[in-house]
Amino acid sequence: MSRAIVTELLRANLPARSLITDPKALKPYETDGLTAIRELPWLVALPENVRQVEAVVRICRGHGVPLVARGAGTGLSGGARPHKDGIVLGLSKLNKILEVDIDNCVARVEPGVRNQAISDAVAKHRLYYAPDPSSQIACSIGGNVAENSGGVHCLKYGLTVHNVVGLTVLTVDGSFLELGGKGLDSPGYDLMALLCGSEGMLGIVTEVTVRLLPMPPEKRVLLAAFHEVKAAADVVGNIIGQGLVPAGLEMMDRLAIEAAEDYVHAGYPREAAAILLCELDGVEAEVESNLSFVSHLLEEGGAYDIRVAVEPEEQARFWMGRKAAFPAMGRISPDYYCMDGTIPRARLSEVLENIEQLSRHYGLKVANVFHAGDGNLHPLILYDANEPGQLERTEEMGGRILELCVAVGGSVTGEHGVGVEKLDQMCSQFSATELDQFHRLKAAFDPELLLNPGKAIPTLSRCSEIGGMHVHDGKLPFPHLERF
Amino acid sequence: MAANADQQDRLVEAVGAAFAERLPLQIAGSGSKVFLTEPGTSRGRADVGRLLSVAEHSGVTEYRPEELVVTARAGTTLKELEQQLARERQMLPFEPPRFSGAGTLGGAIASGLSGPGRPWYGSLRDAVLGVEMINGRGEFLRFGGQVMKNVAGYDVSRLQAGAFGTLGVLLSASIKILPKPVHELTCVIALEAEIALERLREWARLPLPITATCHVDGQLRVRLSGAESAVVWAAGHIGGDVVHAEPFWSQVRNHEIDFFKREGTLWRLSLPPNSLLTDEPTLIEWGGALRWVRSEQAMFDWARQQGGYALPFNGDYSTQYFLQVDRGLRKRIKKAFDPAEVLNPLTDVVPDAN
Repeated sequence: MSRAIVTELLRANLPARSLITDPKALKPYETDGLTAIRELPWLVALPENVRQVEAVVRICRGHGVPLVARGAGTGLSGGARPHKDGIVLGLSKLNKILEVDIDNCVARVEPGVRNQAISDAVAKHRLYYAPDPSSQIACSIGGNVAENSGGVHCLKYGLTVHNVVGLTVLTVDGSFLELGGKGLDSPGYDLMALLCGSEGMLGIVTEVTVRLLPMPPEKRVLLAAFHEVKAAADVVGNIIGQGLVPAGLEMMDRLAIEAAEDYVHAGYPREAAAILLCELDGVEAEVESNLSFVSHLLEEGGAYDIRVAVEPEEQARFWMGRKAAFPAMGRISPDYYCMDGTIPRARLSEVLENIEQLSRHYGLKVANVFHAGDGNLHPLILYDANEPGQLERTEEMGGRILELCVAVGGSVTGEHGVGVEKLDQMCSQFSATELDQFHRLKAAFDPELLLNPGKAIPTLSRCSEIGGMHVHDGKLPFPHLERF
Repeated sequence: MAANADQQDRLVEAVGAAFAERLPLQIAGSGSKVFLTEPGTSRGRADVGRLLSVAEHSGVTEYRPEELVVTARAGTTLKELEQQLARERQMLPFEPPRFSGAGTLGGAIASGLSGPGRPWYGSLRDAVLGVEMINGRGEFLRFGGQVMKNVAGYDVSRLQAGAFGTLGVLLSASIKILPKPVHELTCVIALEAEIALERLREWARLPLPITATCHVDGQLRVRLSGAESAVVWAAGHIGGDVVHAEPFWSQVRNHEIDFFKREGTLWRLSLPPNSLLTDEPTLIEWGGALRWVRSEQAMFDWARQQGGYALPFNGDYSTQYFLQVDRGLRKRIKKAFDPAEVLNPLTDVVPDAN
């Protein structure tokens, strides 16, 4: 590859303001939300329309240049980490809402449109776009598709894959795939499901059609405090087992409660071992009857304090502590490492106990803040990168937590993606033949492996080097207990 | 047929042998949807491959109601599965059609068809959380899992939904399930189709607990489900006669009502809900997004003009199903899973170049 030739070709197709090569200006692109991992790209291209995106892809393919697509760069697993000899294809300038189709309850948008901007644009029709990752003010819909993002409300309303009805995807060979549309299904292989969560490895999303839902007219947020973590964890399974799916069901443990309280003064009970936040929505009559049902289950499950927020301001205050939990950790610890494993709900209290044991074993504090309703854990390991050996211990402990998730029948990542961060843990979750199948599928879309090379799926040699162990869910006898 | 039998080893061996000998296999469940995959015939096309029956590989292997997940072998009948769930007051949210009363879980996933509640409860593919399968090389593979959120690796599980068994032999699947609604009723309103579509459009923008709609022969039915208070309130808003315990919905789902027994080619149209009406006899589901039309004219182009897709709901279904989309990429995906093209060649997923 000749950089000079490629640069010249790019200059001929994109305006000068859309090409960045100056190292200082490249700096913001060296990392995404996983800031521990950095790499300076050779060049950043910021096309302003689909034609320019097409040109970048064509040029990269013609000259074998690795291409890393990037939305807002809020990803948490290093999925948008640049390639040192590659181009970052930033899609932030493709930020137009192309159509709001009220009659079909859909919106057609460019990939760089922010998640929140969609809901803002349709709020006057009392509609909204349901998936709400915590970065929704900043993150883009194209990135949401790449990561299959969830959010607090995906328990009831589903992930990105459940709320996208149409995609236009540019494949590396320069052809556009029109997937779905404004209807609810379409013939052929379900490539839309495949593209959701594919981390920019299969194609470049150039247009997204999302479903819009009517805003629920009523909402209540409950805050329930518990003296024991186990009691709180068990109530979670009970609420859902009883046939009620709340709009959101979140849990925080004491360390997280205290940090959040110190930071935003949300009024959380500091003495509690754990709190649950439960949001109920719907028409008024439904919300009221569900409210009394959930209150009853919480009480029965050992909640010693139950508060209900009726007014929007109070609800916002209840949520404030949860939403500020991550930055709050940043105030009490120099560094923290956020995990993203998922587990079956029934194993919640067992896994939390095991994490506690790991925490003692490694001498590292862990705060738990997570989407309890769908079993998506976000243990935050607190550490100090300036203390020699702490980062290594943290990473090792993080790996153990994820292997624990796999062992009880869960997954190493629920919503943050594999990126570069969890490549080693993928070796635990998948067998060599399964990883090989992933690679074959990738090659069907991108035979020269130019799109986001080295991400999401580990090579087989990497797995054999780290001695990757394949844990079939629960079939190894108590692997987590034997490893201390 | 045993209700609970593990035939995994036999199936892995059979696919491995087929791969080694380059002998095509025709994967079979209960045969209830064979009528969608046989151009011009009503019987199986035994000539295109050795029969590989998955029906005997059956049984629910894991079911914990509080997890809202069930795992069952592919040969488990939908009837048995739904009966087990019903005992815990739970259900398959996508209401898979059971034509002639039969159908297996594997067949339901392979065909990807969802029933009347699809826009509100989600589709079959939405509910697939994980699969165990055998690819065309005879390799046992497991993707996804039993958890609601999982972004580890490509979503190969959901890719199996609607793949007609051309990418792998399904062995088992974990499916997201839902509690049965505590209360349910149906509003029946006499309305012309055009007005009905207008109403459906309005209601789609309101937070109503609608879980199914069907317009046929001048009558609109709207199913409401959820907390009793909410359902009763919504019924007042929607109007019409209120019917409880309406068998109509399972009859629509399984194509047992009169409309589906009439003469003429039946077309399945998946469209933007606000699409136009045709002059042909039409049954409208999914708030307007699914139309069943009786027409002797090919409807492919008309549906494309509306921004959707039409497929004849007969022996040509599976062939047309794969012809409507990118053939080059489709072929490469097929080859990635099944390099020797031994799995279900009957669906014509990779027609020869000529």
